[in-house]
Amino acid sequence: MIPAILARDLRKSFGSVSVLRGVSLDVQPGEVFGIIGPSGSGKSTFLRCLNSLETIDSGDLYVNGEFVGYCFERGNLRELSDREQSAQRMRIGMVFQRFNLFAHMTALENVTSGPIIVKKLSRVDAGEQGRHLLDQVGLAGLYDRYPVQLSGGQQQRVAIARAMAMDPEILLFDEPTSALDPELVDEVLETIRQLAQQGRTMVVVTHELLFARDVCDRIAFMDQGQLIECAPAEDLFATPQKQRTRDFLQRFNVSEPS
Amino acid sequence: MTTSLESDLPTMTNVARVTLRHPMRWVTAVVCVILLSLVFRAFAYGQIEWSYVGQFLTAKAIMIGFSNTLLMTVLAMALGIALGLLAALMRLSSNPVANAVAAGYIWFFRGTPVYLQLLLWFNLALIFPVIGIPGLVEARTVDVMTPFLAALLGLGVCQGAYTAEVIRAGILSVDSGQIEAAKAVGMRAPQVLRHIVLPQTLRIITPPIGNEVIGMLKHTSLAAVISYHEIMHTASMIYFVNNRVIEMLIVCSIYYLFAVTLLSLGQALLENRLGRSLNKSSGKLKVEEGVGA
Repeated sequence: MIPAILARDLRKSFGSVSVLRGVSLDVQPGEVFGIIGPSGSGKSTFLRCLNSLETIDSGDLYVNGEFVGYCFERGNLRELSDREQSAQRMRIGMVFQRFNLFAHMTALENVTSGPIIVKKLSRVDAGEQGRHLLDQVGLAGLYDRYPVQLSGGQQQRVAIARAMAMDPEILLFDEPTSALDPELVDEVLETIRQLAQQGRTMVVVTHELLFARDVCDRIAFMDQGQLIECAPAEDLFATPQKQRTRDFLQRFNVSEPS
Repeated sequence: MTTSLESDLPTMTNVARVTLRHPMRWVTAVVCVILLSLVFRAFAYGQIEWSYVGQFLTAKAIMIGFSNTLLMTVLAMALGIALGLLAALMRLSSNPVANAVAAGYIWFFRGTPVYLQLLLWFNLALIFPVIGIPGLVEARTVDVMTPFLAALLGLGVCQGAYTAEVIRAGILSVDSGQIEAAKAVGMRAPQVLRHIVLPQTLRIITPPIGNEVIGMLKHTSLAAVISYHEIMHTASMIYFVNNRVIEMLIVCSIYYLFAVTLLSLGQALLENRLGRSLNKSSGKLKVEEGVGA
């Protein structure tokens, strides 16, 4: 079976700072894959490489069996054109830490923007699908609100519905609850938990360790641009193999299964 | 020991409240009234024939001049915005040739006075007696380059260089996170620009563009130098004959102030409309109740 995501010896630096120092991992189709680690460990950068919001310096990165951002042409690697790039990104949904809702569009317009503009779906069909998605994330009746009129948790759920509207094969979450007030975190995690049960491939970068343990099939621990350890969720928390993983988990008091 | 809640500090309840006094406001008001009455008195006793002002305010020549002023403002601004948008997009594009061309355009037309540019366009015939595509369309430049066309090109092309920078600043101030989100949804670069960036740019650039429109309304008066018949040109033709210089200038002032007032009102309405997605409490939302949260 072709892995949904395959990274081999991924390297990336911003100027003199190396952010990814040889990351290799694979995510299988239908798997919910968690990435945890301290701030600055490179986990967000890795996620952003998956849909070419960042470019890699070296290594191989395959998503859905295709090379990311490049294609083979007569034995060479050629950068993808704008059109090819967007076709690749359409198959990958992304939810951002800061929601990044389109500020001039209502909740419903945010959700239908992709289907209407990219997939050329009719306004009526897209609207129907959009309302259905907003109902699913618990925002029925808030279709006409602008982002500023929504709480952080509601905005993030609109962002999730917006990503889902393109029916992507892979869904990426970049610290989806880090910018939320503590009392709004649960509503977003609950929405992600429901999505995780639908069998879609998901990669979740998060600081919510208990949530990751409950929802993810496998979890990778990253530190200083390296993948320290990758194991089934329960195992990583119950029997971490590396000292660095143990130190990290202990700081959060979640090394023992509850 | 008693708690501080039971202490005998005086209570604020049931004590009459008096407002803070603002003596400086009264002082400034009195000073202003004195100064204004002095100015008013000076003009009332000055050598101004107010009857001329009233008479020429509705004169046909002045009204035609004013409509030419408005026409030139609208057309030159439209040309300026079109060129400005094009130049801004070229400046921001990854195409190095487009980038350099736009930078050169902005450099030249911001670098020389509009007055000079108007004279250059108007006197184009001195450089190129004949213009057109050789063998296809050709015409004598003096016939083509009328005062109207020279004014339109002079004011519009120069305005484009300024507007380009305003629009570029507006585009750059759109939240980069939203641009990433649009790419992540699968939008191509032109779609991101049209559906995400430009609608939000419009809101940001409305106040500075409003400023530019008001500036343009007055800059059209420079076209008098190449004898385009806008209001200042007409007024000067009249005061050369009747010698009522100040009266004619007052007539022009009234027209300009009237037009600027209307433009300012229009700008306020437009800003209000474009800003509705940033309004935290839109009226119709009061009926709905938040779900979740």
